[in-house]
Amino acid sequence: MKFASEFRQGKLAQGLLSKIRGASKRPARFMEFCGGHTVTIFRYGIRQALPETIMMLSGPGCPICVTANADLDKAIALARIPGLIIATFGDAIRVPGSYTSLQVARAEGADVRIVYSTLDALRIAEENPGRKVVFLGIGFETTAPTIAASVLQAKEDGLANYSVLSLHKLCPPVIKALLDSGEVALDGFICPGHVSAITGSKAWEFIARDYGISCVVAGFEPLDVLQSVDMLVAQVERGEPMVEIAYRRGVQPEGNTEALRLMDEVFEPCSAEWRGMGTIPDSGLRLKDDYRRFDAEKVFEIDPGPTREPSGCICGEILQGLKTPHDCPLFGEACTPEEPVGPCMVSSEGSCSTYYRYGGGGIER
Amino acid sequence: MSDRILLAHGSGGTLAHRLVEERFVKPLLNPVLSKLDDAAVVDFAGRLAFTTDSYVVNPIFFPGGDIGRLAICGTTNDLAMSGARPVYLSLSFIIEEGFLLTDIDRIISSIRETTEEAEVKIVTGDTKVVDRGSADKVYINTAGIGVVPEGVSLSGRNAQPGDKVLLSGPIGDHGIAVMSKREGLDFSTKVESDCAPLCEMVAAMIAASPKIHCLRDPTRGGLATTLNELASQSNVRIVIEEERIPVRDEVLAACEMLGFDPLYVANEGKLVALVPASDAERVLAAMRKSKYGKEAVLIGEVKEGSSRVVMKTSLGTSRLIDMLTGDLLPRIC
Amino acid sequence: MCVAVPALVKSIEGSLARVEIGGIVREVSLRLTPEARVGDYVIVHTGYAINVLDQAEGEETLRLFEEIARMADGER
Repeated sequence: MKFASEFRQGKLAQGLLSKIRGASKRPARFMEFCGGHTVTIFRYGIRQALPETIMMLSGPGCPICVTANADLDKAIALARIPGLIIATFGDAIRVPGSYTSLQVARAEGADVRIVYSTLDALRIAEENPGRKVVFLGIGFETTAPTIAASVLQAKEDGLANYSVLSLHKLCPPVIKALLDSGEVALDGFICPGHVSAITGSKAWEFIARDYGISCVVAGFEPLDVLQSVDMLVAQVERGEPMVEIAYRRGVQPEGNTEALRLMDEVFEPCSAEWRGMGTIPDSGLRLKDDYRRFDAEKVFEIDPGPTREPSGCICGEILQGLKTPHDCPLFGEACTPEEPVGPCMVSSEGSCSTYYRYGGGGIER
Repeated sequence: MSDRILLAHGSGGTLAHRLVEERFVKPLLNPVLSKLDDAAVVDFAGRLAFTTDSYVVNPIFFPGGDIGRLAICGTTNDLAMSGARPVYLSLSFIIEEGFLLTDIDRIISSIRETTEEAEVKIVTGDTKVVDRGSADKVYINTAGIGVVPEGVSLSGRNAQPGDKVLLSGPIGDHGIAVMSKREGLDFSTKVESDCAPLCEMVAAMIAASPKIHCLRDPTRGGLATTLNELASQSNVRIVIEEERIPVRDEVLAACEMLGFDPLYVANEGKLVALVPASDAERVLAAMRKSKYGKEAVLIGEVKEGSSRVVMKTSLGTSRLIDMLTGDLLPRIC
Repeated sequence: MCVAVPALVKSIEGSLARVEIGGIVREVSLRLTPEARVGDYVIVHTGYAINVLDQAEGEETLRLFEEIARMADGER
């Protein structure tokens, strides 16, 4: 077993699809929270293969799509400090802040380097002892432990020129905020598989228990996603919302305890601002005081200037499944894939972006 | 004497002359170039194709090629995609002060090999040296002219419903080979760039069928972007089948690790041909017989419709294939 | 989403491992998965193994899919 092509077999997908078609009687609305699932769903044309009883909605996509202008402004202000090196995942450099983006700052002379891993960022810090290196810590629970590990590594190696701008986001609090903010027309969540590899499936129990919405943790191969839909349909038909795992090879109920321990060692929860959704308590992570010398916000005087927040964005309601992109006054006018405003347009797999490019979901029937 | 390029190498004085004569002209010698006049004067008959391109790549030496081979393949391939047989090239260097002379020699030797393989001649050239920091190591520009055979008319506007879509081999090799050596990303892989001159294969294809409608090399932006260009230029719908598109395992693995879709990864030695169904088998056979088309496959067909590319997935569903927006950057999400 | 791929652990040195992902080789950190052993498959995200994949569960899931596919065939 190589854990890849086995889970893409067309023949087995057909079996799962016909099981879903046979079982799905009640109309149901499912949201895939994670942009990775959206990619799989689009790449394999899964939406059009599902019966008409099932409606799939795309969630907020990714941690970078939901990073607020104020936070991106901080990253850009840091990038403009002479001599400083910003190390970042590639996703972050295109996303606009209030006035500009990291890629524009780079064009203006900032030293912004794209890396695949914090391991590469640590190497840059080692190789440039005379310069400060700031890693942009963006990511959900999947990524946060890797950033925590880099901070611990820097501490052990005595790397004094490495720090992290922590813009991490946590998934359960934002789902809770979405569900608390009013009427939500959802019957089930496909929960993010790689976030759950760290947090465990237990992180989602409140959704089923407190809100009566079904949850299935899924992997990212097409068969994983189909299996999760099949399990959600079964729950909806039985009328018994619970948390199940459709990715048992990669996710345990209790998660990765070592990763959780490292995350807890370095970070503590804080309130965080989400693009298009506002400030949500305990939905972010900041470095604990013991690690303040690795906290870019403490190490540097960051002056990003006044934040400009776009008004009129309805991404929050789109994510709740209450509105479609066409209901938004900004859609296609002030907000386009080239100059996105809300997370659903920033993410190339977000609802708004796909509506814009394909006129309604990327589906050709 | 220094083993590096000095600003004086670009001054027009004796150092400059020596550089040009010994390191550029001597290895690339031919009767036109050896005259060293201000312009190359050549005899020419027939319909002329003319193109130019500039080459910047990081790193300049990568698995399976280098900036020199790229500069010859890129321009001769652009000529070949118009159906032309490439004949003459120009070769211009912009070199950063401090560049190693041995690296110049490596590049020129690779250029020489590639021009011999593509059967083209460098007939004119230029060299400039800029201050350290004003350029990144070396940039090359090549312009080329070629002859278009009688009766051949290729254009991205010529696609017709019913045409078959042929692809000369696995996609994404160049992009992944180059990416594997970038700072901050490095991983080891046996994938080599597919960088290759395609003019011999194109000549064989045209000999097999003069009725070929379009040829295009899917370089930056990859196969997806090229097919979108063709669909939009000809205002047709192109339908391809995912399972027929060859991608090497290693390329696929690197793409999954970095969050890429191989459909958008660059190629430098592949072509896409849109060919009337009646001639598709013959053209495919000609491709498979040539050195750089052994893995050529039919991947789909052209249909009535408007400017769209649709891919049938392995699940039997279809999805729209968009153009690449922005740069291809490694992503975590 | 979080881009992550399954990778085979080929060798381990301290908290670093050489892993193979479909023919490409890269160094990854095992800091989050100290229990990983040579021969295990791990999920790699941004250069870190974030979990060890469970071979038996993977096989069990595939067996289930095959059974579903057989049943679907039978109904047709």
